[in-house]
This record gives sequence, structure tokens and C-alpha cells, in this order.
Amino acid sequence: MSQSLYLQVVNLLSALLLLIAFAMLSQRRVVGLITLFAWQGLALALSTTIVAYSTGQHHLYYSAALTVGLKVIAMPWFFFRLIRQLDAHREVETLFNVPTTMLVGIVLVVFAFNLAQPISQMSGTVTRSILGIAMASVLLSFLMMITRTKAIPQVIGFLAMENGLFLAATSATYGMPLVVELGVALDVLVGVLILGIFFFHIRETFDSLDLKHMESLKER
Amino acid sequence: MEFYWLLGIPLVGSLMLAAMGSHRRAPEVNAAFSFATFLAAAWLTARIVAEGPRVVGAAWFFIDSFNVFLVALTAFVAFTTALFSRPYMRIEQEHGKLTPQRLRMFHASYQLFIFAMLLALTTNNMGILWVAMEGATLATVLLVSLYRTPASLEAAWKYFILCGVGIAQALFGTILLYFAAEKLLGEGGMALSWVHLNEVKTDLDPVVLQLAFVFLLVGYGTKVGLAPLHNWLPDAHAEGPTPVSAVLSGLLLNVALYAVMRCKVLVDGALGTELAGNLMMGFGLLSVVVAAFLIKRQTDVKRMFAYSSIEHMGLVTFAFGMGGAVASFAGLLHMTMHSLTKSAIFFAVGHATQSAGTQVMDGIRGLIKTNPTIGWGLMLGTLAILGMPPFGVFASEFLIITTAMHEHPWATPFLLTALGVAFAAIFGRVQPMVFGETELKRLPYQPALAPVFIHLVLVLMLGLFIPPYLADWYRQAAQLLGG
Repeated sequence: MSQSLYLQVVNLLSALLLLIAFAMLSQRRVVGLITLFAWQGLALALSTTIVAYSTGQHHLYYSAALTVGLKVIAMPWFFFRLIRQLDAHREVETLFNVPTTMLVGIVLVVFAFNLAQPISQMSGTVTRSILGIAMASVLLSFLMMITRTKAIPQVIGFLAMENGLFLAATSATYGMPLVVELGVALDVLVGVLILGIFFFHIRETFDSLDLKHMESLKER
Repeated sequence: MEFYWLLGIPLVGSLMLAAMGSHRRAPEVNAAFSFATFLAAAWLTARIVAEGPRVVGAAWFFIDSFNVFLVALTAFVAFTTALFSRPYMRIEQEHGKLTPQRLRMFHASYQLFIFAMLLALTTNNMGILWVAMEGATLATVLLVSLYRTPASLEAAWKYFILCGVGIAQALFGTILLYFAAEKLLGEGGMALSWVHLNEVKTDLDPVVLQLAFVFLLVGYGTKVGLAPLHNWLPDAHAEGPTPVSAVLSGLLLNVALYAVMRCKVLVDGALGTELAGNLMMGFGLLSVVVAAFLIKRQTDVKRMFAYSSIEHMGLVTFAFGMGGAVASFAGLLHMTMHSLTKSAIFFAVGHATQSAGTQVMDGIRGLIKTNPTIGWGLMLGTLAILGMPPFGVFASEFLIITTAMHEHPWATPFLLTALGVAFAAIFGRVQPMVFGETELKRLPYQPALAPVFIHLVLVLMLGLFIPPYLADWYRQAAQLLGG
């Protein structure tokens, strides 16, 4: 295959990643959200693998393998198990005005592309055009965290943000140094495990994972 | 060699305390490990001061006079806090607030937290710095919610999510930094090495570095507790156990500010302008003012002192933002003074709340009658943190304000007003707590107040006389910060 074809596939996968970020923004069911998160991880891993193959950057294979292992298999499995144990798998969230959120999301995408413009022009990588997409998906995940009121969707928003950051690293510089990527992955893994414990504590104390109950600490 | 001891001891300590389970002697083991860490830190400090900066372990670690001073401070306060937590946590357990299992988690996480902070301070790699900062947050999340009360769970959740989002911004900043560095230094781990970056900092691309610094400042600044990103801080400090409040306030905030300063040195070199300093001055000044006015409205004693931490970190950030030899010197001095004084105050406050059975200030009265040593500890600590001479905080605040008058006169009215408001608010609150009328009874345990007075004596001593070798040492560190 020629270089440009690889590039097109990478672009397609990144666009898919962004699309999934939009889908997550409007997904009401927790189960659906976890599935979407797994797909997003897969899109990220595939695009990383193709970049690794077409540019001969071997350490990116490890990064892709790490993404598949953690974000496509381990974490979704962990979350599914968690919501079964917490009996939260039928949980449906009422979302605040989905069309408006979507419009705000589109504005964020335009903003992200503008912000990424000067940097991607400087970059020497073949994948520089997807930096905008990466920044947009970071901002969309951020938006998702703001609009959600339940604990698990907020954490998935946080992890989706990490996906966007990894895409940014791949597109701008062919990934971070391996030891840093390993460290980040370790932190994310430990963080998710701690949150798993934490969910049980929240559930035990408040009888629900709804963060509406957790608004007593405020300045009055 | 001593360097590996420094990192190895807390790591081994954490594993051992986790394996020991809820052993009766666990608090002593915790203190012993902290003491060993402190010895290693002192040894390392002595060598660095004598032999100058050096790179350790195949360039993965780098120690100069700036971070070795923070290493020494961190190890010292970690040791005294371990001494304090030994009786304190036993009393909490007897009051039924803790189970042995949770105490075990406290000890293991405490050592892990110390390890993460020392790693963040000594690493040469900006990526590992990020990893260690996040590790320090993770180690303390479950400590903040140790009591499992609704409020503590809420505080820990806020701490995790807000710091997580903040630190994600810092990761993006680090990616941008790597992006700029990779062009000059090539791919691989060494492109994020601070020593290498520092050598080529004038050639780094200014546009990228500018953007990177904004992300890094917002990201690490969240952990420093700079307004308007400070929301997690008062909650985490007020709801966690007191030893955790003391190390969060006295140490973690410093380490986060250290990360910002390492980035600032690089950005200053690349930009050749005052942008980074001005941003820091802005954030710092805002924090001082916002915190001072929020102190007035607090009813919870730990929350009030948490806001005071925001105020003081704002002041240090402002001083570092001004740059220059005197301001950087004052900033470093103030960092030290704040760590020592604030942790002493938290120790005294911890026992005061134990004896009154509440953290609400209206419920704590007449400490001087019931528990004179706790009362005096709290009063003297409060006077010290409010900047009364002859305590060391006065010296550092005086230096910061006179430099500000000289270089940025517009900022002085804000600083002075904020310090005045904070003084009136805190003193007005603490005075009845110490001297008021009371029906409360004496705390029926032996409180651990030696750490309080050790800290306060150090602060007093440094206020009266800074030994020349220490002043030299601060001056060297200030020079590294672009003095």
C-alpha cells in the first residue's frame, strides 16, 4: 500500500474516534457508554498500529498493545463487572438538553481545529493533520464530564480524555517516550482500580452513584 | 548511593506496612521508616551542598540545590508528621473513627505518598515528573476519604476528579514540550530530560512553549491550589485525617509548585519575555485575594487554615513570578516557613478538635485552660503564620512585599489588604478558641506536641538568624530559578 492510503486510513480512524466522542456525549445508558468507550480505544489502537507500520516507529506497537490491553479489554471488562456488582447496569441518565450540548460540542471542535493549526504546521510528522481531531476529542470529553451527574459516566469521560491525549501524542510526535507512556498507563490503571473501590464506598454511604447527593461541601 | 536509599526506603516501607497488616507496632514502624528517609535525605543534602549539582542513575535523576532543599524539607516534615500521627491515629481509633484495616491503609499509602513526592522532586524527566505527581494524588485519594463519612467521600471524589482533569492538562503541556524538544534533541526519553532541555532552552520553539506553559501552569496549578482552580483544596484538607491535611498542605502543594518552576525556567529561556512570570503573578495575586476574603466566612477550623494555605501558596507563586534574585530567595524562604508553620498548626488543631469533639470553631473554646500546651501551640503557630515578627514568616513576607513595592507597586495595595483581612479574620477566630470560657474537659490522652514545638522553634530561629550556609544554599537555588 502507498503512504497516502495509510494516511487516509489513519485519518478515517481518527475521525471515527471523534464521532464516538460525540456519541458518548448523547449516550444515556451506562452499558452503551462503556461499549462506546471500548470502541474508541480500539479506533485509537488501530490508528496507532497503522502509524507504527507505515513510519517504522516500533515503540508505537507497544503503545497500541497497551491501549488494546487496558482500554479495550481490561477496563471495559472491569466496568461491566463493577456495574453488575453495583446493580447499576440498567441505569439511565436524564441528560440536560442534548441538542444544545451537541451544538456546544461543534463549537468546541471548530475552536480545537483553530488552536491546533499553528502547531500542526510546524510538525514534521505525516499524521499532523489529526492533531486538531485529537484536541477536539479532548475538549468533547471535558464537556461530557461537565454535563454528567453520575459517577461512572464522569470517569469514562475522564478516560476518554486520556484517549484524546494519546492521539495527540501520536499525531504530533509519534508518541511519547516509552517509559513515560508506561508510567501514564500505570497511573491510569491504578486510578481506575482505586475508583472501583471508591464506587463501593460511595454506594454504601449514599445508596446511589448519583453525584447529586454530593453537593454539601460548598461555600455559602 | 544515598540517593537510592532516599527513594528505596519509603517504597520498601510502604510494601512492608501493607504486608504487616494491622500490627500493633505499625505506627512505630511508619515513624522509623520516615526517620530513615530523613537521614538519607540529610546525607544526600550534605553531599550536594558540598559537591554541587549532579546527575544520578544514567541521567534519570538530577539533583541540584533547588530540589535538594525541597527533598530535605519533604523528608523532615514527613518524619515529624509520622511522629505526630502515631498517637493521633491511636486516639482516633479509640474514638471509633477508624478500624485497624483502615489504619493499615493509612500507613502504606503514607509511605507511598512520600515516595511519589520524592520521585517527583528528583526525577530528571518531565514525563516521569507528571507520572509521579499523579501518583501522589492517587496515593492520597483514599486517605482523604479514610473516615468514610459522606462529606469525606465527597471531598475525595472532588479531589480525584478536579486534580485528574488538571493533571490531564499538564500531560497535554508535557506532550507539547516533547513536541518542541524532539526537534532539537531527537526522539526517545532524553528529549524530556530537564538537564538537556535546560541546555537548549533558548532554541526551543517559543510559540509551542508558550502554549505548553499555559497548559502546564493550569494543570500543576490546580494541584498548587491556585484560584480559581482551588475548589478541591479546602474540602480535602478539612475532611481528611489531620496528618494527611498536614502533609497535603505542607508538602504536596510545594511539590506541585516545584513542577511549575521547572517548566518556567525552560519557558523563560525559550521566550525571552516576562510572559510566564506575569501569568504566575496574576494567578498568585488572585489566590491571595480570593483566599483572604474566603477565610472570613469559614466556620470549620481546618477549612479556615486550608484557605490560609491557598493564600500563602499564592504569595509564593507571586514571588516566583516576579523573578529576580531577591524575590526568588524570598519565595523559597516562604515555602519553607509555610511548610513548617502550617503543619505545626495542623498538628495542634488536630488535638484541639479531638479534645472538643468537633471541627466547628464555635465548639472549640478555652484551650489554654483545658489543654495548655495545645492552646499555646495553636496560638504561637497562628501568630507565626500571620507573619508576626520575630517568626520567619515575617522575614519572608517582608522581603516579598518590599520587592513588590519596588518592582510592581500596583500589586502592593492588593497584597497588604489581603494580608490585613486574613490577619483580622484568623486572629479573631483563634483568640476565643484559645482563651475563651469553656466547660470542655481535658483530652484524656497524651498528645504528641513535640513536632509542633520543633517546627515553631525552627521557624523562630530562622526568623531571627539564617545561618550563612543556609542563606548561601537558598541563594544558589534562587540563582537556578533565573535570579
